[in-house]
Amino acid sequence: MFSLEGITDAIYSWLNSTFNPTIALLIEFAIVVVCVIGLFAVLGLVLVFMERKVSAYMQIRLGPNRVGFKGSMQTMADTLKLVLKEGLVPDGADKFLFNLAPFVVMIVAMLILAPIPFARNFQMWDINIGVLYVTAVSSLSVIGILMAGWSSNNKYSLLGAMRSGAQIVSYELSAGLAVLSIVVLTGSLQLSDIVNSQQDGWWIFKGHIPAIISFVIFIIAVTAETNRAPFDLAEAESELTAGFHTEYSGMRFALFFLAEYVNIFIVCSIGAILFLGGWMPFHIGNWEAFNHVMDFIPSSVWFFGKVFFLIFLIMWFRWTFPRLRIDQLLNLEWKYLLPISMFNLLLMTLMAIMGWYF
Amino acid sequence: MFEEVGTTTEGDLVINVGPQHPATHGVLHLVLTLNGETIKNVEPHLGYIHRSIEKMSESLTYRQFIYVTSRMDYLSSHINNHACALTVEKGLQIEVPARAQVIRVLMDELTRLASHQLWWGAMAMDVGALTPFFHAFREREAINEIMEETCGARLTMNYICPGGVMIDLHPNFQRKVKEFITLFKSKIDEYDEMVTGNIIFQNRMKGIGLLSKEDAISYGVSGPAARGSGVSCDIRKLYPYEIYGSLNFEEILETGGDCFARYLVRFKEMRQSLSIIEQLIDNIPEGDFQAKTKAVLKLPKGEFYSRVETARGELGVYLISEGGTTPYRVKYRSPGFSNLSALNHMSKGYKLGDLVAIMGTLDLVIPDIDR
Amino acid sequence: MFIVDYIKEVYGAVKSLLTGMNRTGYYFTHHKEIITQEYPDNKDTLVLSERFRGEVVMKHDENNEHACTGCTACELACPNATIKIITKFDVTPEGKKKKAIDTFVYHLELCTMCNLCVEACPTGAITMAQTFEHSVTDRSKLIKKLNQPGSKIREGVE
Repeated sequence: MFSLEGITDAIYSWLNSTFNPTIALLIEFAIVVVCVIGLFAVLGLVLVFMERKVSAYMQIRLGPNRVGFKGSMQTMADTLKLVLKEGLVPDGADKFLFNLAPFVVMIVAMLILAPIPFARNFQMWDINIGVLYVTAVSSLSVIGILMAGWSSNNKYSLLGAMRSGAQIVSYELSAGLAVLSIVVLTGSLQLSDIVNSQQDGWWIFKGHIPAIISFVIFIIAVTAETNRAPFDLAEAESELTAGFHTEYSGMRFALFFLAEYVNIFIVCSIGAILFLGGWMPFHIGNWEAFNHVMDFIPSSVWFFGKVFFLIFLIMWFRWTFPRLRIDQLLNLEWKYLLPISMFNLLLMTLMAIMGWYF
Repeated sequence: MFEEVGTTTEGDLVINVGPQHPATHGVLHLVLTLNGETIKNVEPHLGYIHRSIEKMSESLTYRQFIYVTSRMDYLSSHINNHACALTVEKGLQIEVPARAQVIRVLMDELTRLASHQLWWGAMAMDVGALTPFFHAFREREAINEIMEETCGARLTMNYICPGGVMIDLHPNFQRKVKEFITLFKSKIDEYDEMVTGNIIFQNRMKGIGLLSKEDAISYGVSGPAARGSGVSCDIRKLYPYEIYGSLNFEEILETGGDCFARYLVRFKEMRQSLSIIEQLIDNIPEGDFQAKTKAVLKLPKGEFYSRVETARGELGVYLISEGGTTPYRVKYRSPGFSNLSALNHMSKGYKLGDLVAIMGTLDLVIPDIDR
Repeated sequence: MFIVDYIKEVYGAVKSLLTGMNRTGYYFTHHKEIITQEYPDNKDTLVLSERFRGEVVMKHDENNEHACTGCTACELACPNATIKIITKFDVTPEGKKKKAIDTFVYHLELCTMCNLCVEACPTGAITMAQTFEHSVTDRSKLIKKLNQPGSKIREGVE
């Protein structure tokens, strides 16, 4: 059976037998960096293409269909255009922060990738506080956005950045509480532990209604955290033209664009790990035959399938709903999502203590 | 006029929306004074696409000046042409044949529908939903095809001439319109599903941009924007022209005065227009489509005024003739200009995002404001 | 009850959102509803209505004869000075001088396709064509001469 675990093990043992441990570690680092950058590039291309096709079909259009097979090379062509474009820095901008901002956003997105298990035993860094690490680092991206908005010396950008700040700070809360409800059930912050605890069924099925509620809250909160419609206030195009990245062009703009999609991928993979079992195949209790058939599908396919399902869900939101207003956005968080998720966490704790889950 | 504006003495943020901005649907320039996100003042700067249509009309003959008005409110170009033709006919004392009247009204209502459909899509786009825009264009396309077949053009039709219409209806017209009616009836409920019923949309609209009945009257707001505040101002009902007096339709009135009321007025007007088209499509009388007119039209000395209800409100055409072949002076009372004047009053105290929604419900067409 | 109202509100909100998602989901899965016309590809099958106003042309029959008398009615009817008619005097076999067109200049770049010239023409010499791809790289290419070289007025048209 195809497995990524075998490949990594083979590389690891070959490196360690050929070189001394320090050099082997350095080479492993290099391989990981190349893989991450490659994943970023591929994700950017695939997700942008996916978004354009999804939006096109929902809007009864065809979408990109000229470059490459059914338009699949369209994003490649767009990237090429962006790379070749002049990266303009406005006159009144704070040059240092302006140039730094896209990289901050990008690096934050890269950092969160570290503890994510992509397949069975295929993980860069199995840190024992994985969930905490992810929630802590993901809230750093707002710094990049604030930096971009402030340094552009543009009022639209500033308004967008400030909106984004208020939004991310408040939605971190309910996202955190939703994540916490699963941590309560598993009793571990380690992402691999959380995946392994879903051996006999995913938490969304095992955790009854509270798990479903926290899943819904999680999806809403992460949509807001990644600045996606209907919470795209930071870049609300009909109000703020392009929000915090109004002044960006060329490759710097492409980095923001890419970071947005990578962030979606990351939050969706966190959602998939916590609620849908990560790379764990679909298992039903003790139906041995069924479970065995499901095991034949490689774990990476399971993982990416779930992640892309969640990404599709978020895209579906974007192309259906109107945008909220800033005060309604905060109302939704503080008056609806936060009370519900706090109550839900209480319920979950009760369930965990009494052992009312499967 | 274009002074360097940053912040005011009170520390408020001054921000220029437009002339190039996705929310203004054209080249409107708004200078906003913001306190945080709250709007303190809106100052529209006009004239970016002023083409002096009124002055141009003075050097055009009575046949020619009708077509220029298509470029004012390009979304209800046929209705604009209609207003001008009515003025000229009033001066010439021409009796328009019954068939021509029915054709004109049919086209008016189709234009109104097309305009409202585009408004609906753009409205949803203003508040952030991009998909309805494309769905609205699908039905609008059907109307445009009908227009293209009969009038020869899709947007600036120039189908009306003094004394009737330019060409008779295309043989396929009735069939196509009936097809469109069945298509649109099945799709208008989807509009409700996607936008009207949506909780986010309702929250964005309800209680926003309040305009009281008194204010609507004193600002001279007309059309759906005023009817949303409960002002009965449908020219088709109050001063019926052509055959509107004999038609069976309702004037939609909402009393809310907020964005949602204005939205509902336009939305319900689509159904009313559809019902007018249904009443007329099987009852187009036979006969001439054009009254006999002289090759060179000369209006008697005097002043003539006529008004029609466009998709945006009341369009008045005031024409002074010195007895020659060209008008001495033409003045258009365009709905967009008066409606825009209420924008500052309506948007004070609301958020920046609301301004976009308020502008959307006013349904501004910038060439109509600037002329 | 406050709590009941709260839950009802949340339920109503979620239901309205799901209705919208159901609609977009329907279009996502039903690709036959797509109405996009792939324009340059469907050029061969593209049918424009016969009344479509693309540009003014002068009708010539197989003998290279047209019906334009050079009366300049169209020139007078045009609101934008799109048409300029240059006339000359032909000498008829009987020795009489007769007015006829030398060049019918048509400025496509000024034309708004209002159809007033076609309406004004007493002999039906000009008409609207269905062409619509007018883009050129040089502006002077838009100034067209409508009467074909060597063409003359049809017999009997006054």
